[in-house]
Amino acid sequence: MKKKIKVALAGNPNSGKTTIFNNLTGSRQHVGNWPGVTVEKKEGTFAYEGLNIKVVDLPGIYSLASHSLDEKIARDFLLEEKPDVVVAIIDSSNLERNLYLAVQLLELGVNLVLDLNMIDIIENKGMRIDIEELSRVMDVPVIKTAANKGKGIDNLKSAVKDISVREEKNTFEIDYGNDLENEIRNLSRFLGEKKILSRYSLRWLVLKLLEQDENILAKIKGLPEEKEVEEKVFESIAKLEKHFGYDVETAIVERRYAFLRGLVKECCHKIMGIREREEITDRIDQIVTNKFLGIPIFLGLMWFTFQLVFTFGAPLADLIDSFFGWLGGIVSLGMNVLAAPAWISSLLVDGIIGGVGSVLIFLPNILLLFLMISILEGSGYMARAAFIMDRVMHAMGLHGKSFIPMMLGFGCNIPGIMAARTLESEKDRILTILVNPLMSCSARLPIYTLFAGAFFAEHQGLVVFSLYFMGIVLAIVVARIFKSIFFKKEVAPLIMELPPYRLPQVKSVLIHMWEKGSLFLKKAGTIIFVGVMFVWLLASLPPGVEYAAKESLIGKLGSLLAPLFSLAGFGTWQAAVSLLFGIVAKEIVVGTLGTLYGVEEVGLKSVIMQHFTPLSAYAFMAMSLIYVPCIAAIATIKKETNWKWTVLAVGYSLILGWVVAVLIYQIGILFI
Amino acid sequence: MKALNKTLTGEKVEIVEIRGGRGLVTKLLNMGFYPGVIVEVISNCGYGPLIIAKDGMRLGLGFGMAQKIFVK
Ligand SMILES: Nc1nc2c(ncn2[C@@H]2O[C@H](COP(=O)(O)OP(=O)(O)O)[C@@H](O)[C@H]2O)c(=O)[nH]1
Ligand SMILES: [Mg+2]
Repeated sequence: MKKKIKVALAGNPNSGKTTIFNNLTGSRQHVGNWPGVTVEKKEGTFAYEGLNIKVVDLPGIYSLASHSLDEKIARDFLLEEKPDVVVAIIDSSNLERNLYLAVQLLELGVNLVLDLNMIDIIENKGMRIDIEELSRVMDVPVIKTAANKGKGIDNLKSAVKDISVREEKNTFEIDYGNDLENEIRNLSRFLGEKKILSRYSLRWLVLKLLEQDENILAKIKGLPEEKEVEEKVFESIAKLEKHFGYDVETAIVERRYAFLRGLVKECCHKIMGIREREEITDRIDQIVTNKFLGIPIFLGLMWFTFQLVFTFGAPLADLIDSFFGWLGGIVSLGMNVLAAPAWISSLLVDGIIGGVGSVLIFLPNILLLFLMISILEGSGYMARAAFIMDRVMHAMGLHGKSFIPMMLGFGCNIPGIMAARTLESEKDRILTILVNPLMSCSARLPIYTLFAGAFFAEHQGLVVFSLYFMGIVLAIVVARIFKSIFFKKEVAPLIMELPPYRLPQVKSVLIHMWEKGSLFLKKAGTIIFVGVMFVWLLASLPPGVEYAAKESLIGKLGSLLAPLFSLAGFGTWQAAVSLLFGIVAKEIVVGTLGTLYGVEEVGLKSVIMQHFTPLSAYAFMAMSLIYVPCIAAIATIKKETNWKWTVLAVGYSLILGWVVAVLIYQIGILFI
Repeated sequence: MKALNKTLTGEKVEIVEIRGGRGLVTKLLNMGFYPGVIVEVISNCGYGPLIIAKDGMRLGLGFGMAQKIFVK
């Protein structure tokens, strides 16, 4: 039996925790250059010299005071789950602030390893950190890594192993000065005797009480000694504040930083020489966040992404399209020659090739979309986008940081909804989640491409862009309305670190793109496949019915629903069922149409041209954008909020989708 | 003493006071922005968000936050 230990990776946002995690465990968690990439704890394992090590990657935190949901996850893990070892991942180019967290972790009494990551950056600048000195002062093992190049990982492993058997207690303590230390002693004695919250280190607990940490105060609430503790603490605080002339929390923070300033000076040679990188970053920022240029540059980038995905992706998609058309022809010919039963031929040609194939066509577009998203994420621009849009977002009742979930929503709404965890205010978070499904995710892309390609071949780019834009505008309107109904409170102001720009790493960009691509393929092979098979089956039953005729089961089902949509111009039973099954996954909208109409030779495009007009096609696309998030997104909303908000999200989108589609059609008809 | 949003790009100022909700103040304090710290204003266009720097760190602040940080 191997000995098992649990190791947590803790550190500031963007210090390289996930990169280290991937290096240790060989997994491929998402790495990006903006704060808030990791919003949940991820576990992995590896074996090292007889140890079975479980590693937990945590969301980034600046201190143990948590403000948002993702920070709370990290904090709770460190506090309550008591990992055997905590590795503090330090961004060496920002030592002081990164060590600040490490100091708090030591006060908490964890078994700590200090990992000076990003050591490559400072060594390239000719700087050196005296790790022996650092290790001596803080009484912890210190190692260096350059995680993005996989350097130093072995040292980290062995340091973890060594510390996991360390017996003696860490002796490091910051001297907070006589006055504070006196009160710390007093309170420690008092709390120690009463054995209050004794699962935490005493000194840490006292400091948190003096800092009036909301989480710890909440834990004191309800204890029998609540009143007594509060009185004692207030007494100390009052005494200290009288003495300092300002609040104790500031005093404590200040003392920690003062200590670290000294320590960093001692351990670093030439610490201020790091201007260069920031100079580049600052220069880019002066342009990119400029009050006149900021938004145009952002829109330009979006337009470029868009053109790449659609214009460049279209010929590739067409290629796959013709391949499936050809394949359908061959298979049906082959089946004829072999005299196979008609239903087998139909299963292969209509169901698999027509249904799943018509979705798979869009793989190139999806790969290109994620290519652009990962470049944006890796460069550091993501945080700037949120920054630039802060004012705009405020005007619509959202928070600047809500912009990142919305951008991610263009890839997939699920990570978008999860990313809302980084918002400090619960109300901002819920609002961000509610409107996220209005961002056109990559699953809507097949619908847009198919219809826009068929009906608006000349202006395909413009038409698709208008749909993305419509989603954004609707999100603004919906957010404003919900804000005024449910959350009258003001939006919390933005505080966000802007990481230095980095060249996105080719490898990690490609990996990310591929991961998303293969996810799409997997989806095509599983949920889309099953959905489409189901459609095919319903279209072939009852036995003897003509395939996909109005009298088939699915035809009857569709005919039931179709009248609902006649006002919107697409009252055919095929359109109705495709929307119905599209709730499972939006790609199935196209899959269903492909199955029902068949793709042989002529291709799906030309078939749908007989069943829609340009106007009804546009209304249909708008409907597919808005009506109901897919099942997976609904489940995520439920997980991140509660039933009430989930029902609201589903309800409002259904109604809104229908209203918008009808309006488009009815108003359009007046002009055409 | 003036609010941070009244500063000019390139100015170096000392933080005097941070007002606002407790959570946000705590967050700024722990990020290393407390009274006495010198920061440089990297970009401030007068309205809208601004960027300040402390050592190697760049912090984006919304307008609402910048109004509540007082400097000299
Ligand atoms: N130069 C350099 N970059 C790194 C290193 N480790 C991570 N990075 C980059 O830093 C950014 C943040 O990494 P990530 O692992 O997502 O950080 P996390 O937020 O702490 O999980 C990414 O762009 C990484 O490529 C390193 O040792 N050296
Ligand atoms: Mg991470």
